[in-house]
Amino acid sequence: MKTCLVVDDSRVIRKVARRALEDIGFDIAEAADGMEALAWCRAAMPDAVLLDWNMPVMNGLEFLQRLRQEPGGDAPVVVFCTVENKVENIRLALDHGADEYIMKPFDGEIIAAKFAEAGLL
Amino acid sequence: MTPEDMDLLAALGRTRAGLKVEADKHYVVESRLAPLARREGYPSIEALVAALRAKREERLIWAVVEALTVNDTAFFRDRATFAFLRETALPELSRRRKDGSVRIWSAACSTGQEIYSLAIAADEARNLEPGVRFEFFASDLSERCLEKAQSGLYTQFEVQRGLPIRLLIKHFENHDETWAISPRIRQAVRWRRINLMSDLSGMGAFDLVMLRNVLPGLDLSVRARLIENLAARLTEDGLLVLGEAESLAGVTEALHPVAGRPGVFARDPAYRAAAA
Repeated sequence: MKTCLVVDDSRVIRKVARRALEDIGFDIAEAADGMEALAWCRAAMPDAVLLDWNMPVMNGLEFLQRLRQEPGGDAPVVVFCTVENKVENIRLALDHGADEYIMKPFDGEIIAAKFAEAGLL
Repeated sequence: MTPEDMDLLAALGRTRAGLKVEADKHYVVESRLAPLARREGYPSIEALVAALRAKREERLIWAVVEALTVNDTAFFRDRATFAFLRETALPELSRRRKDGSVRIWSAACSTGQEIYSLAIAADEARNLEPGVRFEFFASDLSERCLEKAQSGLYTQFEVQRGLPIRLLIKHFENHDETWAISPRIRQAVRWRRINLMSDLSGMGAFDLVMLRNVLPGLDLSVRARLIENLAARLTEDGLLVLGEAESLAGVTEALHPVAGRPGVFARDPAYRAAAA
């Protein structure tokens, strides 16, 4: 079973995302900020990361930069999932190594479509 | 609604647009007619049907028939089909029409996502003949759908169903939560309201016709005639593309399935080998 790390400071969003991702066959781990997510990745690199942008301690962009520098950190497919919907922000995320991008609000159908687009299904 | 109301709606759908309206699916019909009843100022669907019966007004009849159609669509719906079109069918057609034009028709285009996906696919395809021109046509029965399609404006939810993010930021601009397709892509498409049950002989010839996920919503009695009419509009080496799960088995032998390409049909059986 593929694993996905859901990184978001909102417990509600993590719960919604967990349900949607479990429905399409993922095993889920959760982190509330980028620093916690990095610790997860160092312990066991997931197949995918669903990543919020604005979080305390370490934001999504900084996490992504640091993840890509870790040994094996280029492997996970990273899908941003954020309220940031400006084209400049989307470009910035892609330039930093994101593979796909979801604009909140989202539902299970969008998650499934984006994960399929990113080659995860 | 009474059984007589359902019979009236089923008869209108079938005779005007070949639609299949199943008598036992009240909830489907009610969910499709409720927004129309509100827009037209009727307090209930029953009142709308009563007005339909009393007035026999063409405008209202067509509004009801349009509301009975299925309009679900998405960008790049069926990823494998669009990969085939981008990587194989469009380049092959461009080679065959060198210095000419490839004509593409989305015959039941709904709110436009399909024809725009094709225009984007042609824009993104790398191995096309440089001299070839692509002509995009789109038609639908529903004026409301055509209006939205022509506007090229989509919600954030709609653009996230099927559009890869890199194509979204390349071909659309956003204004808050509305996304507008680029004028270059939007202006490449010609639009027309067409009832596919009408005479299609004036449409000219097409190299690619899309009719995706439409047949299941049509009455069995009209499916063969429609497919044969569309087959007659195809060039000798043209393709008809249905939904991936759709088949023409038992419908007509006017077209042949392309081997290994679910939902893709050709007039010329020899093309099956070339396209596979």
